[in-house]
Amino acid sequence: MGYDPKDPLKDRITDIGPRNYEDFLPPVIKENYGKWLYHDILEPGVLVHVSETGAKVYTVRVGGCRLMSVTHIREICEIADKHCGGHLRFTTRNNIEFMVDDESKLKPLMEDLESREFAGGSKKFPKGGTGAGLTNIVHTQGWIHCHTPAIDASGIVKAVMDELFDDFKDMRFPAHVRISLACCLNMCGAVHCSDIAILGIHRMPPMLDHEHLGNMCEIPLAIAACPTGAIKPATVDGKKSVAVNNERCMFCGNCYTMCPSMPLADEVGSGVALLVGGKISNRISEPKFSKVVVPFIPNEPPRWPSTVDAIKKILYAYVEDAKKYERLGDWAERIGWERFFEKTGLPFTGHLIDDYRFAYTTWRQSTQFKF
Amino acid sequence: MAKHKTPMLDELEKGKWPSFVSDIKQEAENREKTNVDLQAPKDACSDLLGLLELTYVDKVVHWKHGGIVGVFGYGGGVIGRYCDQPDQFPGVRDFHTIRVNQPSSKFYSTEFLKQLCDLWERRGSGLTNMHGSTGDIILLGTTTPQIEEIFWELTHNLDQDLGGSGSNLRTPSDCIGMGRCEYACYDTMALCYNLTMEYQDELHRPAFPYKFKFKFDGCPNGCVASIARADMSVIGTWRDDIRIDQEAVKGYVGGEFKPNAGAHSGRDWGTFDIQKEVIGLCPTHCMEWDGKKLKIDNKECTRCMHCINVMPRALRIGQDTGASILFGAKAPILEGAQMSTLTVPFMKIEDPYDELNGLIEKVWDYWSEEGKNRERLGEMIQRVGFQKFIEVCELEPDPRMIQEPRSNPYIFWKEEDVPGGWDRDVKEFRKKHQR
Repeated sequence: MGYDPKDPLKDRITDIGPRNYEDFLPPVIKENYGKWLYHDILEPGVLVHVSETGAKVYTVRVGGCRLMSVTHIREICEIADKHCGGHLRFTTRNNIEFMVDDESKLKPLMEDLESREFAGGSKKFPKGGTGAGLTNIVHTQGWIHCHTPAIDASGIVKAVMDELFDDFKDMRFPAHVRISLACCLNMCGAVHCSDIAILGIHRMPPMLDHEHLGNMCEIPLAIAACPTGAIKPATVDGKKSVAVNNERCMFCGNCYTMCPSMPLADEVGSGVALLVGGKISNRISEPKFSKVVVPFIPNEPPRWPSTVDAIKKILYAYVEDAKKYERLGDWAERIGWERFFEKTGLPFTGHLIDDYRFAYTTWRQSTQFKF
Repeated sequence: MAKHKTPMLDELEKGKWPSFVSDIKQEAENREKTNVDLQAPKDACSDLLGLLELTYVDKVVHWKHGGIVGVFGYGGGVIGRYCDQPDQFPGVRDFHTIRVNQPSSKFYSTEFLKQLCDLWERRGSGLTNMHGSTGDIILLGTTTPQIEEIFWELTHNLDQDLGGSGSNLRTPSDCIGMGRCEYACYDTMALCYNLTMEYQDELHRPAFPYKFKFKFDGCPNGCVASIARADMSVIGTWRDDIRIDQEAVKGYVGGEFKPNAGAHSGRDWGTFDIQKEVIGLCPTHCMEWDGKKLKIDNKECTRCMHCINVMPRALRIGQDTGASILFGAKAPILEGAQMSTLTVPFMKIEDPYDELNGLIEKVWDYWSEEGKNRERLGEMIQRVGFQKFIEVCELEPDPRMIQEPRSNPYIFWKEEDVPGGWDRDVKEFRKKHQR
């Protein structure tokens, strides 16, 4: 029994989709589905949801690395078997949620989670990520498994979360803060509406591997991939290839996505940009995009100190100064971006003034500014 | 004894946040001593650490560009990945990704996860992402001969299919919805599951101009971020009145209940002030509090959720619930980032979802016909215009769809808009108007 390479279509099953979610719901969730009345955050990382039937579900939320070994998942299962009747869930932001249906089961679960550490000393299951505080950073693959990254992902996330660890476990911020990381402009993790976005960018035009480009790439696709029309066909040493007008390159890397013979990543050229003030929720103000406030920070493995430092400056200027319920972007808009740079101590440079399409709408057409 | 020295990665074992380096190391050790008849390289994890350490030194990634691998009959779900230093790190020479379609809202039984772990320990690296950015379970790293074996075991033993990749419907995802949230305006888990099943062909066999994402948020809080990252964002809403429990409002004012479900309890923000914190922050100023009774002029409410978030015991979403449908969000590549544009202000979302399916198919038919290669729906809408898009959707123009009317008067009138059409005789014109 099993797959037979000699007869690959034998007993083949396709198009069956994911497992039905109803197979996986804990009884208290199934019984109270659609009947929830209200919730409370009992302490950072601990929620209670109350149903109209009177039933309650207690949730302990813990941070997780989205990169996880099967050994670690088995440990998560062991905890869920011991305390939660064999059920658990993951959140959109890579947290793990353990649920129990009785308050008495909460303390042993929390103590168990708290006691577990990796061999290197880090916490396996830090409790937190709720309410007006910092939750987990959503991120992309980075150097561990992607072919187009400008920066690492897991390493930067670890460095930032280590530094902000206490705020993952607290709720002292004016509103919740969502930090996200995408390791290149493709943004497979869309970070462009985050309170703080860590984004991998390039600063060098693609290298051209003329020797192989004609064979490796569909040249018309590489040309069409360029949003600024900077790529044109060329013959180099008798071989079909392309030429790039470097002056027009916006370093998006879209050509490399279409053509492996045009690599951009570079030790000096690639690094981190920081964007701030975006949001998803419609609460009070409308959803908004994040804005670039730090154009470039070099890659500094293993702990990216300059990136961590800039994030702390932004975050703590906001935490100090914002009003209750005010998201980072709402705060920046209220005080004005001129004040934002003053209060965070970040330098304002020409790189931060938009010169792409529709840039005009981001310049100031009024005399209402602050000195 | 570790196969490769990793002094830089070892720095990432320090600190309190869970260390992915420690986790990969424990997996590497377990692979070293396991009795399982591993079908993928034993050194996958230790060589991955070695390769990552080298990347930390070089500061440029060591994975080659792409590589076409997959399972027979599908055009997505597996992503090829090859290391550019295969001699030094043979355990990750080929290290392909398998995307596995996650269940709605990511609830699991441990039984299922343990089965998946057993499969992946034996036939892959033992490393995963729980979960990838789009929502899939990502199985990270296996060799080409294992791919069909894994697919066979997933479908036969786990009753589980792959997710999407490439120019197809990407694996849909949703918020927790009615599973554990009082704000859910429709059943996100059911809709996510049903549409995923309905469009299996579109998910597995890339036939679109580019990727297409569905995401389902149960309310305007938007926990699954559909408005920023889905080509079609379905966001729960309601069109009747917010339900008020006046006694519970007094409970908040009197300090009996913590505002915002206790979300701000880490700092002393002073006594709860309903005037300042709720009435004054309402974006449409449609609320009043006279010290005894809370009034909401629901007709003026834009359902931003703030008052409900602050007083969840006192205020509840309405009962005539459904969803707003928005189209066209995407990350910056290529034409700049876009958020989804409100297209259907309100639609009832109830099984069998015929109205929504009809809308989806109209949009896909047009995009498949008119979209350029690698043009996301949002970019196509910008190119052809929103007027054209709603015509395609067979919708009437509605002021709710726009932020403001156009400020330029360059209206692209059509001939049929003008009585008598555009045909004129210049000779007749000249009879009245000399040159």
